[in-house]
Amino acid sequence: MPLPVTALIPRLREICGDDGVITDPNRRRTYESDGITYHAGTPGVVVLPTSTEQVAAVVRLCSESGVPFVPRGAGTGLSAGALPHSQGVLIVTSRMRRILEIDIANERAVVQPGVANLEVTRAAAPHGYYYAPDPSSQQVCSVGGNIAENSGGAHCLKYGFTVNHVTGLEVVTPQGETVRLGGKSADAPGYDLLGAFVGSEGTLGIATEITVRLLRAPQKVRTLLAAFESMDAGGAAVSAIISAGVLPAAVEMMDALSIEAAEAAVACDYPPGAGAVLIVELDGPAADVDAQFDHATQLCRDAGAFEIRTAADADERARIWKGRKSAFAAVGRISPAYIVQDGVVPRTALPEVLRRIAELSAESGIRVANVFHAGDGNLHPLVLFDDSAPEASEKAAEVSGKILDLCIEHGGSITGEHGVGVDKACQMPEMFSPADLETMDLFRSAFDPGGIANPEKLLPTPRLCGERPGVRKDVHPLVAEGTAEQF
Amino acid sequence: MTQDETTTTPPAEALSAGGAVVREATPADAVGGRVPRYVARPPDTAAAAELLATAHRLGLATVMRGNGTASDWGAPPSRVDLVLETTALRSVEHAAGDLVVQVGAGTPLADLQTRLAAAGQRLTLDPLVAGGTVGGAVATGLSGPRRLLHGPLRDLIIGMTTVRADGVTASSGGRVVKNVAGYDLGKLHTGALGTLGLTTSVTFRLHPLPEALRIVSAEAPDAETAQRWTHAVLGSGAVPAAVELDSHQAGPLTLSVLLEGAEGGIGARAQAVAELMDGAAVAEGPPARWSTLPGNPDDTLLKISTPLGQVARAAHLVHEAARQQNTTAAVSGSAGAGVLFAALPTAAGAAAVDAVARGLRTALDGGVTVARTAPALADAELDRWGDVPGLELMRAVKQRFDPDRLLAPGRFAGGI
Ligand SMILES: Cc1cc2nc3c(=O)[nH]c(=O)nc-3n(C[C@H](O)[C@H](O)[C@H](O)COP(=O)(O)OP(=O)(O)OC[C@H]3O[C@@H](n4cnc5c(N)ncnc54)[C@H](O)[C@@H]3O)c2cc1C
Ligand SMILES: Cc1cc2nc3c(=O)[nH]c(=O)nc-3n(C[C@H](O)[C@H](O)[C@H](O)COP(=O)(O)OP(=O)(O)OC[C@H]3O[C@@H](n4cnc5c(N)ncnc54)[C@H](O)[C@@H]3O)c2cc1C
Repeated sequence: MPLPVTALIPRLREICGDDGVITDPNRRRTYESDGITYHAGTPGVVVLPTSTEQVAAVVRLCSESGVPFVPRGAGTGLSAGALPHSQGVLIVTSRMRRILEIDIANERAVVQPGVANLEVTRAAAPHGYYYAPDPSSQQVCSVGGNIAENSGGAHCLKYGFTVNHVTGLEVVTPQGETVRLGGKSADAPGYDLLGAFVGSEGTLGIATEITVRLLRAPQKVRTLLAAFESMDAGGAAVSAIISAGVLPAAVEMMDALSIEAAEAAVACDYPPGAGAVLIVELDGPAADVDAQFDHATQLCRDAGAFEIRTAADADERARIWKGRKSAFAAVGRISPAYIVQDGVVPRTALPEVLRRIAELSAESGIRVANVFHAGDGNLHPLVLFDDSAPEASEKAAEVSGKILDLCIEHGGSITGEHGVGVDKACQMPEMFSPADLETMDLFRSAFDPGGIANPEKLLPTPRLCGERPGVRKDVHPLVAEGTAEQF
Repeated sequence: MTQDETTTTPPAEALSAGGAVVREATPADAVGGRVPRYVARPPDTAAAAELLATAHRLGLATVMRGNGTASDWGAPPSRVDLVLETTALRSVEHAAGDLVVQVGAGTPLADLQTRLAAAGQRLTLDPLVAGGTVGGAVATGLSGPRRLLHGPLRDLIIGMTTVRADGVTASSGGRVVKNVAGYDLGKLHTGALGTLGLTTSVTFRLHPLPEALRIVSAEAPDAETAQRWTHAVLGSGAVPAAVELDSHQAGPLTLSVLLEGAEGGIGARAQAVAELMDGAAVAEGPPARWSTLPGNPDDTLLKISTPLGQVARAAHLVHEAARQQNTTAAVSGSAGAGVLFAALPTAAGAAAVDAVARGLRTALDGGVTVARTAPALADAELDRWGDVPGLELMRAVKQRFDPDRLLAPGRFAGGI
């Protein structure tokens, strides 16, 4: 039998100091959710360690007493991965925020897990280098959280995800051992545990020190904005660009509803009457960028773009991006509530899937705004609803679920970057067979035989998903049982 | 290792029940000097799964084989009863518009590249060791020069289907380039030398074939110069696809920088790189020995990973260490990614190989493994792996996936 979490408090104070342990219910409640607030719960106790040794001691204590723990970075996650456990210890990395080394000779940075993503680039910039993964939350989200979610960003189309940029980790395993996986060099001997740890959502332990690659800042960056009459035409332009072998750093798309919202919020001044806008950014050696830029411009024209703007300088580039970057918040202003989806489809299926989403929206009367990473087929439909209207949230959840079904039907994925967490655990069986999931669980248990590291996340469990794990309910089970509200 | 009763008389009929073609093994099928009893060739994933389930029930030690061009990588398995030949697992499903391909593990890489090239695309691995299969490349986990820009092989894999030791088929990843659903188990199988399961199919992300390429090469008089050039090229914004180092004997080192991209700009880019290296020459094709392992096929081969700032020095240290052991060495690999291979001639004995590897481990940060030994050293006392951080976790993973140690037992790090 696990000990009650309160029994651990005196030892936790010895390990983390009095100011490193939060027991006060009101202060604990500030950690009740991550970026999706409809999954919420008060942690049993919160600790704020300042060193690997403290993390290891806390985890060892959890392991010895059978008490679960949940890692937490900045809490910007969008799958309830950092949802606290009411009988567990929430281990927050916010006091582990030192950049330990900027090593230009070896093109690496070594950081503590609580360092904000953008801080790495800030520290490398004076040397002409940067850290490539750039989630939109990069001002706040932690590098440790990025590791756990294998986060991407607008530029991951060309530069890849977090996993492509991490060469070393120090990890505290769920049994409290401190292990080094990789370092400043590539291809550490043995199984690629480093590669498998990235994206493990806090279920295999806590990353306490992280070594990442630094890239040379590109010689040239060029950005264009193309306006189309319809999403179909915009989607066709994306397909044309990708299959023509042009590899932009980013290809982002917005539909009429999100353009309207962005216009109202930040006056982004996108071409009037556009049914879709596409932002295409190219970077690299100047000569290459210029050639590819002309090619991309032509392909947009061929696909029916009625207006194309190109940014002449950094200011104009910022203006083009302004509407896109403000889109999520802007949609929040035209709708009392919304659900952000994160499905992926093969890029050639974009026009078809977007059409089907429009049909779903028309049939259900639920508005859907589309703002997304078009270059890699990663959709972020925003399903809008009025949380004060009866059954609106259930209807929105249904539409949101059907959008994911569409993604799976087209050979895609239920999540491109936000992760599974609690939010999508019950949808995993729609993508993976019972044997696939059992094999994943075997892997998890190799790291965490006691099942205490972020339990009830990532893989479906009967408690979370009902007796037949994986059958997607129209209403989220946590909502149904009254544990959580959907907005 | 002793063989228990069930393994002495494995019924060939049982093995072929799922559709695999089974035959008695011959000495030509030996793996690391161990002659198996049977060779089985399943026609598809379902048959492979049934075959492995049967082998599991019978307690047969099983080793996978593609075309056998790298069957001497890793330690020789302590026991081999069955060789599972993947060459019938051939298929190519190319989604050209999505730059994605799903390939059967037994498909020859060369065939795959030919198919892709017809659509103006490629799997960005480098020139082939003739005859290698997709599954063999994944299991050895080796990446050629272009890993610098496009990432090592594992970064190109977006989905994988495998069969576990107990015959259960499991997939992870998917068929889209962006996907974070579930654990990425393909990472574990990449470079695992078939010790965690049989890979039956792999889904890769592809790249367009570049319009133009140039190679800028120069000979650096010493390691410090080669290091300085490497740093300058990587820091120049030229975005090389590869920076290769060739030091086939002690003395000067050749540095070759591969640039790929639009025809219009390639000349100017090559010129800019040439200015960073004294006496550089620009060519339109790769130099001799590009993307090949150093030395001869029977040489002992070390794999050396170092931080970027130590690569050229590592090459120099190999020659020094070899000289001290009264032997020679040839070194080449990716200066840009920090991964080198060093070949020691067949004549070098186990003590010499061990001394060179140990010396390098002490002098360099990173990893030094004996990836392949000369045939005479197959069973020699050798520390092939050095210190492997995380070994206990690796053992735990092996224990979960193959608790009876039936898949190439002893081949991998720490006797896994
Ligand atoms: C406005 C907004 C925009 C966003 N844009 C993007 C985007 O463009 N791309 C993208 O990929 N994501 C995006 N996200 C999602 C989110 O920012 C990322 O998932 C981010 O990586 C989470 O980091 P965090 O520090 O906030 O982690 P948290 O939310 O605190 O935790 C996330 C998960 O990581 C685990 N974890 C945290 N730290 C560690 C550690 N040190 N070791 C092990 N596990 C740990 C937690 O247990 C949890 O499972 C966005 C979120 C918001 C709110
Ligand atoms: C530096 C370097 C770079 C290289 N770069 C490239 C490159 O870019 N492109 C390229 O094509 N080749 C490359 N090679 C060669 C390549 O890695 C292998 O030599 C070859 O592909 C092996 O194929 P095979 O079918 O002959 O494998 P085999 O010799 O049959 O098998 C090799 C190993 O893999 C295991 N194995 C084979 N198939 C499977 C399977 N389906 N599932 C599980 N385990 C399996 C075997 O048990 C064995 O341990 C490179 C080699 C080196 C050293």
